[in-house]
Amino acid sequence: MTQVDSNNKDEMSMKELGKHRLVASKLVGIAVLLAGLLLAARLCLGAPENASQNPNIFKPLSTPADSIFHLSLFVLGITGSIFVVVFSLLVYSIAKYRRRAGDEDREPPQVYGSNQVELAWTVIPVLIVLVLFLATARVIHSIQDAPEPRGAIDVTAIGHQFWWEFRYPQLGIVTANELHVPVSTISRPTPTFLTLLSADTDHSFWVPRLAGKTDLIPNHPNSMWIDPRETGLYLGQCAQYCGVEHAKMLLRVYVDSPDQFEKWVHAQQAAPVNDASVQEGRRIFESTGCLNCHTVNETVANGRFGPDLTHLMSRDTLASGLVPNSPANLRQWIQDPDSIKPSSLMPAMKLADGDLDHLVAYLESLR
Amino acid sequence: MSAITNPLSETSAAWKLPYRGKVGMACLIFAESAIFTIFVVAYLFYIGKSLSGPSPKEVLTVPVFITICLLSSSITIHLAVRALRNAKTRLFGIWWFLTLALGTIFLAGTGREWHKLIYQDGLTISTNLFGTTYYSLVGLHASHVTVGLIIIAIVMAFTSLGRVTPKYSERLEVFSLYWHFVDVVWVVVFTVVYVVGR
Amino acid sequence: MASDSIAMNPTDVSAKSITEKLHEWVVTVDHKRLGVMYILYALVFLVIAGTEAMIIRIQLMRPHNDFVSPQVFNRMFTMHGTTMIFFVVMPVLFGFANYLVPLMIGARDMAFPRLNAFSFWLMAFGGILLYFSFIGGNGLYGAGNAPDVGWWAYAPLTAKAFSPGHSSDFWTLALLVSGFGSVGTAINIIATIISMRCPGMTLSRMPLFAWLNLVMAGMVFLVIGPLTAAQLMLCVDRYLGGHFFDTQAGGSAVLWMHFFWIFGHPEVYVLVIPAFAFLSEIIPVFSRKPIFGYPVMVGATVCIGFVSMSVWAHHMFTIGMNSYANSFFAITSMVVGVPTGIKIFNWLGTMWGGRISFNTPMLFCIGFLFQFLIAGLTGIMLAVAPFNWQLSGSYFVVAHFHYVIVGGIMHALFGAFYYWYPKITGRMFNETLGKLHFWLFLIGFHLCFDLMHIPGLLGMPRRIYTYEPGRGWETLNLLVTIGAFVQGIAVLVFVANLIISYFKGAKAGNDPWDAWTLEWSVGSPPPEYNFASIPTVASRRPLWDLKHPEDPDSRYE
Repeated sequence: MTQVDSNNKDEMSMKELGKHRLVASKLVGIAVLLAGLLLAARLCLGAPENASQNPNIFKPLSTPADSIFHLSLFVLGITGSIFVVVFSLLVYSIAKYRRRAGDEDREPPQVYGSNQVELAWTVIPVLIVLVLFLATARVIHSIQDAPEPRGAIDVTAIGHQFWWEFRYPQLGIVTANELHVPVSTISRPTPTFLTLLSADTDHSFWVPRLAGKTDLIPNHPNSMWIDPRETGLYLGQCAQYCGVEHAKMLLRVYVDSPDQFEKWVHAQQAAPVNDASVQEGRRIFESTGCLNCHTVNETVANGRFGPDLTHLMSRDTLASGLVPNSPANLRQWIQDPDSIKPSSLMPAMKLADGDLDHLVAYLESLR
Repeated sequence: MSAITNPLSETSAAWKLPYRGKVGMACLIFAESAIFTIFVVAYLFYIGKSLSGPSPKEVLTVPVFITICLLSSSITIHLAVRALRNAKTRLFGIWWFLTLALGTIFLAGTGREWHKLIYQDGLTISTNLFGTTYYSLVGLHASHVTVGLIIIAIVMAFTSLGRVTPKYSERLEVFSLYWHFVDVVWVVVFTVVYVVGR
Repeated sequence: MASDSIAMNPTDVSAKSITEKLHEWVVTVDHKRLGVMYILYALVFLVIAGTEAMIIRIQLMRPHNDFVSPQVFNRMFTMHGTTMIFFVVMPVLFGFANYLVPLMIGARDMAFPRLNAFSFWLMAFGGILLYFSFIGGNGLYGAGNAPDVGWWAYAPLTAKAFSPGHSSDFWTLALLVSGFGSVGTAINIIATIISMRCPGMTLSRMPLFAWLNLVMAGMVFLVIGPLTAAQLMLCVDRYLGGHFFDTQAGGSAVLWMHFFWIFGHPEVYVLVIPAFAFLSEIIPVFSRKPIFGYPVMVGATVCIGFVSMSVWAHHMFTIGMNSYANSFFAITSMVVGVPTGIKIFNWLGTMWGGRISFNTPMLFCIGFLFQFLIAGLTGIMLAVAPFNWQLSGSYFVVAHFHYVIVGGIMHALFGAFYYWYPKITGRMFNETLGKLHFWLFLIGFHLCFDLMHIPGLLGMPRRIYTYEPGRGWETLNLLVTIGAFVQGIAVLVFVANLIISYFKGAKAGNDPWDAWTLEWSVGSPPPEYNFASIPTVASRRPLWDLKHPEDPDSRYE
């Protein structure tokens, strides 16, 4: 082409030097910003506040979460490399091919394209996609198609607006919001297989350190499994917008040692406590609206709309993980649920003070 | 500086692009096909899934006569447009009227079928999944037939006033594409509802 | 030479009254005026939806905040998403397409000017209907206000049982109406491009802007249909007692998801392809080279259009599809990244070996390249289904798609504003304010959306009106909010620039950028009839041929 640039080096004028400095300082600024962000990320990801409980997808403690974590490292490696390569090319082209003083009247060589280059940067991404896909498909199958071993615990989780119902069909246990599962070791594998259902809208069960999330959709049963290898309390919450109080539908998964789990199961299977001193409270419970929504075994209360209260005192929290299970909180919850969880579906019971005292005393007896 | 007239090449007399009316109508048909496809998918998905209520086998009778009417109206509209293009306005009027009549028979027949389903068989849009999907799909199609018939009627009115001349034949051809589309959709709906779904 | 402005009749000597001028605009069918109206409409809603975003961010600044109630918060994120997609980004892109496509292909107007106007008013009415819900949404049951079901309006949350009142209906009807408008505009774009190109302009000589808008318009047909159908079904459920998504009667909530995402995923390509179109016009001019690999760019875009129709269920990886379905959607979602990457490389190839000047439009395009690269890569991460099982429904996804829409599309849009502002208004914008806008926005954007990925990795779901303290989310959310504010200020600088430059900017002349497509051959602003006589072209860059008669493109194509 006739307009090929001569590429004779012009002397660096002072103006050009200044421009170089300006561009350099901008690049330094960007680098500082990036470094700052990376540092912030490192700090945040390493933050040890209540580290054992807090959700963090990069600290898995169960096989599904593990597989995902390892796959994610592979993916991050690939995408990170792609980023470094393309970003470098971008920065290089901006720096090298920027307009300089004295370029005013000349146009650079008008290149329309190059078939070889196009082929190269088509084939390489296709190969990357292939590799990535194979790794992905393997993990999909290993998690989704894992067979259920004989020692597994079965739990049915039913999502409600805005709480979690947990049923253990083989153990005959019904509880709410706090899921107890046994720790699973290599020598004694006891994973927990969950069937996920919903009583109303869509929800999603997400405890990041244990597994990826799976949705609870009405008329569409799902299943997932976890095999936590360390005891402790794991936090999560509903991850599919389900209505007003979606933000407050918290999850608490207690991974117990075999002994602890055994003890818990026995306590849950036990008959409800029938304390003679709180009969007034029980009478109020059975004659007010409570029994329409709640169940207490071996009483006339067998409502299914709200959580099962047979062993209410075995739980650490109320209102799906929002407040500690204390008499004061329980009292406040009954009298004015909106003050703890605005627009929860529990109605304010509007009891007289004396009746409320009796009722709380009765509920406090349900260990 | 005024607009460019490029001195490098003379304006070519052979620069002919497709008629925009046809392109526009093709696009509209494309878009409408997407809507109908989704309703057909929903219909197919819910076959056999109703929890209660009347089932297709029990209440549907294959509407052979009105189908023949509707599909024939495609032929009559095609003949009408051809007649107009050849400046045979009276012939155009006759075929156009027949199109209107056949389309109206189709709608009337659908109405009769729905009357029977609602009052004799107790099938409404809220009865069960079959009712919901049936009335929605057939109703969506019927609404498109209705719109088409309204336009045909308007053109019929103008024809009887002597206002429709051969210079409108291209536009009416574009409209006839819509009418053919409505007929093709009926073939699909018919197959899905009365053949596959029963 | 006096350029006729689009607002003045050349023979009119007396000044027009305000009502007369307004009337002209209201009844106009001129594609340029409609384009400007689309753009101004979108800017107004940008400020409104931006305010909604600020409310969200203030509420999330610290845990257990009570700046707004949960009901208000849920309306805010629903309206923010719905407004931004349907009443900001789509209108502004249609506006630019309306304005530029006829000019670029040498036509005097769109194929169907009255349909054009009708489509605009349908879309405009839709937006007003949606916002009317704030006052009118109470309905018979006294419940509901603005819609609060999220912009995807998942079933069965939208069933009468869970969303009494009329708020969901405002969502449904507003989008239904504006959807018809979108289809009308798409019909116009395609018919114009197919049927009204000037002599010599074969499809392979069209500016890439026209090509990409052609693909976008074609996708609109495939995309709006499913949304319209799903919304009609929702209306049947809510008002006629239908059971399409009624899980109690055997209906399927998952069916809504499929229908919605068959719309929803290609929709984001409808949004991004016109942004690609801007880049494909701006980068060559400021690199002083033709676009690298024009045929490949066209092919890649068409490829993206097709493949994007097959990826939708990557929004549904967590709903319990079997492993084969999950694998299918994983691979298609990765495959769609290949032609997209090819386009990034081609823009790089355009800049390579060029003479790049860093005017404001080019700065925004460079920002796009950097940020769209990152957004595409986080997208690939999300395509890896198991990784998606952790990341979906969390702030990682929110960060990803804002990276695409704000870091990508908005940057390209700002570039387009600055690039074509001289053509539309006849004035140059203030370059200093433009650069201030760019740097402020860049800093705010990265502070906000880079950090936003992290709470997602730490388990923070989306659409929550508050969160528990002690999970490591507090500081990050605070910084994200600050970043949002900085972006807000940058947008105000932008709006100020638009206004100030309109009155004080230097006169632009026909071709301030020394560009090569036909719109730069007419006055700024163009006369009402666009071209005194319809041009004839012999290459992809007719103005290059004129300016370089010794070395025209037509010799090499």
